[in-house]
Amino acid sequence: MRAADPNPVRTTCPYCGVGCGVLATPDRAGGAAIAGDPEHPSNFGRLCSKGSALGETLSLEGRLLHPEIDGRRASWDDALDEVADGFRRTLEAHGPGAVAIYLSGQLLTEDYYAANKLFKGFLGSANVDTNSRLCMSSSVAGHKRAFGSDTVPGTYRDLETADLLVLVGSNAAWCHPVLYQRMLAARAARGTKLVVIDPRATATSEEADLHLPIAAGADTVLFSGLLVALAERGALDRAYVADHTDGFEAALARAYELAPSLDAVAAACGLEAAAVTAFYDLFAATRRTVTLYSQGVNQSAQGTDKVGAILNVHLATGRIGREGMGPFSLTGQPNAMGGREVGGLANTLAAHMDFDAASIDRVQRFWGAPRMARAPGLKAVQMFEAIGRGEIKALWVMGTNPAASLPRADAVRDALGRLDLFVVSENIASNDTVNAGARIRLPAAAWGEKDGVVTNSERRISRQRAFLALPGQARPDWWAVAQVAKRLGFEDAFGWRTPGEVFREHAALSAFENDGARDFDIGALSDLDTRDYDQLRPTQWPARPGAARSDTRFFADGGYFTPTRRGRFVEVAPIASGSAHDDAHPLRLNTGRIRDQWHTMTRTGKSPRLASHLPEPFVEIHPADARAAGVVDGGFARVTSPHGAATLRVRVTDGARTGALFAPIHWTDETASHARVGALVHAVTDPFSGQPDAKATPAAIAPVSFALQGFAMARGDLGALDPAAWWAKATAPMGHGLLFALQAEPEVAALFPDMEPTDEIVEYVDAGRGVRRIAMFRDGELDACLFVGPMRQDGAWTYLRDKLGARLSEGQVRSLLLAGRASDGVAAGPMVCACHGVAKGVIDRAIAGGCHDTAAVGAATKAGTNCGSCLPEIRRMLAAQRIPATA
Amino acid sequence: MERERLVVVGNGMAGLKLLEELQAACPGRYAVTVIGAEPEPAYNRVLLSSLLAGEASDEDIRFRDRAWYAANGFRLLTGVAARAIDHDRRRVELRDGRVAPYDRLVLATGSEAIRLPLPGADLPQALVFRDHADAMRLKTLARPGARAVVIGGGLLGLEAAYGLALLGCETTVVHLMDRLMERQLDAQGAATLRRALEAKGVRFRLGVQSAGVAGETRVEGLTLADGEVIPCDMLVMACGVRPNAALGRAAGLTIQRGLVVDDGLATSAPDIHALGECAEHRGVVYGLVAPAYAQARVLAARLAGDATAAYAGSLLSTNLKVSGVSVFSAGAIDPEDGDQTVLLSDPGHGAYRKLIVRDDRLTGAILVGEASDALWYLDLIARAEPLGALRDDLAFGRSFAAAA
Repeated sequence: MRAADPNPVRTTCPYCGVGCGVLATPDRAGGAAIAGDPEHPSNFGRLCSKGSALGETLSLEGRLLHPEIDGRRASWDDALDEVADGFRRTLEAHGPGAVAIYLSGQLLTEDYYAANKLFKGFLGSANVDTNSRLCMSSSVAGHKRAFGSDTVPGTYRDLETADLLVLVGSNAAWCHPVLYQRMLAARAARGTKLVVIDPRATATSEEADLHLPIAAGADTVLFSGLLVALAERGALDRAYVADHTDGFEAALARAYELAPSLDAVAAACGLEAAAVTAFYDLFAATRRTVTLYSQGVNQSAQGTDKVGAILNVHLATGRIGREGMGPFSLTGQPNAMGGREVGGLANTLAAHMDFDAASIDRVQRFWGAPRMARAPGLKAVQMFEAIGRGEIKALWVMGTNPAASLPRADAVRDALGRLDLFVVSENIASNDTVNAGARIRLPAAAWGEKDGVVTNSERRISRQRAFLALPGQARPDWWAVAQVAKRLGFEDAFGWRTPGEVFREHAALSAFENDGARDFDIGALSDLDTRDYDQLRPTQWPARPGAARSDTRFFADGGYFTPTRRGRFVEVAPIASGSAHDDAHPLRLNTGRIRDQWHTMTRTGKSPRLASHLPEPFVEIHPADARAAGVVDGGFARVTSPHGAATLRVRVTDGARTGALFAPIHWTDETASHARVGALVHAVTDPFSGQPDAKATPAAIAPVSFALQGFAMARGDLGALDPAAWWAKATAPMGHGLLFALQAEPEVAALFPDMEPTDEIVEYVDAGRGVRRIAMFRDGELDACLFVGPMRQDGAWTYLRDKLGARLSEGQVRSLLLAGRASDGVAAGPMVCACHGVAKGVIDRAIAGGCHDTAAVGAATKAGTNCGSCLPEIRRMLAAQRIPATA
Repeated sequence: MERERLVVVGNGMAGLKLLEELQAACPGRYAVTVIGAEPEPAYNRVLLSSLLAGEASDEDIRFRDRAWYAANGFRLLTGVAARAIDHDRRRVELRDGRVAPYDRLVLATGSEAIRLPLPGADLPQALVFRDHADAMRLKTLARPGARAVVIGGGLLGLEAAYGLALLGCETTVVHLMDRLMERQLDAQGAATLRRALEAKGVRFRLGVQSAGVAGETRVEGLTLADGEVIPCDMLVMACGVRPNAALGRAAGLTIQRGLVVDDGLATSAPDIHALGECAEHRGVVYGLVAPAYAQARVLAARLAGDATAAYAGSLLSTNLKVSGVSVFSAGAIDPEDGDQTVLLSDPGHGAYRKLIVRDDRLTGAILVGEASDALWYLDLIARAEPLGALRDDLAFGRSFAAAA
């Protein structure tokens, strides 16, 4: 056996849009050691909990490793023939409007480019959309309205050189942890003020100097009021407005209509007038201001206007494209930006060009395309509605799970079953979309196997490099697209042999007849040879051919990409609710992410560490709403909307806004029994961006009770529970776990199908209390266990998941494992620090033992010393222990 | 003034403990004479099975040497039994003709093993297992490969059987009841114990009645009531003990099962005391060490002049200690209506715990396999306080409960 390669592979994290550099050192056994890349300008060596745990997500368990047709294993040739024939037949019979492809912010730029080119240039269909539609398309639309281009003007450095950071609808502490830690580090050094505008109290708002718990959807009023306040205080940059923008007066007039007075703003936003004033004062007084925004802005019926209202105040103050200032869209996905660059959205064509005649002509000539799409296609929500109506008959889904993640996900899942041709390119063999009737399943390369580029939120292109061999018959997505294209007769245009060749073509298109007319230009990278491409260092665009790159910011001196080259103020519309109020659904359901999971958990769900923070799907509710609905903290509730229902664990918290529910998006039918939150979300979309409003669906909540709760875990398989049971899967270090709630004790034999007659069973029964616990041992190791009782058993879950598969120490009384905790009395509780695996009980004890700040806790327990995303939680624990101490 | 004379009849564990307590409470107050029927001074009878099994030596089971008695002014006579009490003349007559005059008398005569009245039970290889001499006799017969039958699946019988098995004997325990230690264990606990002992090589015949001993000049087998003969080379009768109360009975003291004593450990004759296995207090004859020790403390206090010292009885508990198979039992054995039970079982490791809870109080505990927390459970039963949150940790023992 050879020694492990001492040279790690430099690659890029596949999670959020921060785009952290990762050093992966393969262990030659299918795994790899993971570390942050100290030289990558996104993270300088840091990784968050999710990134740190990437090494735990590389197993081949559950992977799709060979093509399948109608559930049977097939050769690539047969599968590709079937795909090509299907699209050809559909085109011939129904025309280009009947075909579509649905892409993903997880894809590499090369994959995206290939798919976009095939559909828009060779099949004649612009029905090319992406899950980025759910993520930041309102930012795209907002940018294009104001700037004439989809341009993020600033850079990450601005977050460190600003004096005021305004986070709007962004829980960056959980969703962009490394960037957030950079902001906090800079704040510690220069005293940056932090304002968080979010209906919920989050880990981010806990750190803020000022938290404005705004009513959902009212951001346009708040920022219109800000524009008014800036005007009234004389805090505008009149010269910049005059020299570089259009439409200011109309926009200000509209702002006055929406925000005639401070009291009107406070009332519309559900905020204290004093808090609003404090924000306006701070903004007016602080030139170096960056406004960061994310899904709380984008996923809205008025997301584009919210972006517009934010951009207005930056245009009006000239705070754009300069050191430490500007609006900043934080993207949610690793390559949302790359997808935007290639034009992988139904309403853009390619390389930041739209469906104007000149662009269509230009792209057609560049591609040598026989059948150009000539108008925008259907955006995601409309695309799946068209599938439901039978108008789209052939669909290719690549690297995403629309049957779980789109609004009205149950209806989407039903629609997928009606397709004539349904192709899925996937890493995994089973998910809600694959199981919705995908006839042809193509095994895709996963992170660690893929080779190409991604672009992060600050326009920085980084290589995702392969450090593992392609398993089974998995292949890159760009290759699969090219193979289908060849079968359709487009061999010349899709003859790439390497991802580098795809990238060079993409770079060349960005520069093709550009001459500064388009923001996106990476022509300088269009002549990279294979070696240059392989060694490409993280590169921020613009990278125009031959041009010196002195400044990578945009618009400090105007130079917008509108026809007038001037920035445009936007007259934002009055607040309009996405869905009308409805007595049966008095609450508003907000959806979002949690710290340690990513999307539908196909990758993060494999990590035992990440499964330890919040292992169950839940709904957050304010105490007053909980009282009114009769639901209790730690209990269960059924949340319903006109479109669907979910049953979730209840978390009652003061941090919730009254009238609002919050539920995470991550659980699917693969991972939980009743937690497809996407099924509840209404299909209301922003009129400009088509982005769904996933933050304000009318909903109702009612208590659900179960007689018993508990968990099962096993090294082997876990069987199914009664269909009426509530359950959620969570990974354990040496196996699988199932957290459940049900009415009657589960059948042990059914739950543990791998049980052998020779397994030794240890049992604890307190029938009077309805408690039953079983531990099964095989060859002296804990092989499986079951805990059932009337109460939830988080501590025992945390304690035992580490014991699974562990050999008992000499003299250990194994039956005592059924106590569910160590005898030294540390009730472990839920995991707080995922990076170092530190449970709440350990931190509590450290605090009780005299650790008075996070640094001391970190020194004593290591908690919070890696990515820092658990620091807010530790601060909360510190505060909680201080209160009783002084009481 | 002449010191009062105190005679202690019996140099077993209870008698010795009394001497130690006296030494602590009122050293030198009495001129003490101790009369022991066995040739050696008091030893740890509880360890006889370990001695038999070779896990303990004579040295290990010894408490105090003769020098200790002498140094503390205790006159020790061994190897001589008391024949009678002449209460009128206040003296104890010994079998060898000597007499021991007393002002105060303590009877600590213990108990004797019950010999079943079976035909052939007088054969030389039909033995009981009560004292050091019995252990030595057994050890002589228990050559590897010898076949042994032990009658009695109680504490004593199991300890004897384990010792014999360890010495290499093919050992079978014959028991009248359908489970072992039926007065201390429930069915599952007894079954767990049985499996654990089987794993150590002991065989069992439960629910069978002995009818006679086969053999003319030596033991050749045990005949059961149904006629079956279990062949064996030696037979140990471990069917129980009875209080050694003959001396007191002859002296006219009040007797029920044992010598009846009050809370001051006085018999019906105020200057005659009794303690240990020969005594009966509040209707209970204890066959265990802990109550005898508690009685010794009270009696020593009384003898030291504390007229208020009183013995209020002990909670019954049983501890079987054979290597790797701990058994503890205290209080209720099976739940009654309204009781709740908490069970923790690991048959593979021969471990079993059953706790009986009534009105949120612990009323019974059975521990098989692992019993290091036995005294903690005993204390919980004795205190009879509401368990509250302790209930959830009860089965897992003291360290968990303390940490909760």
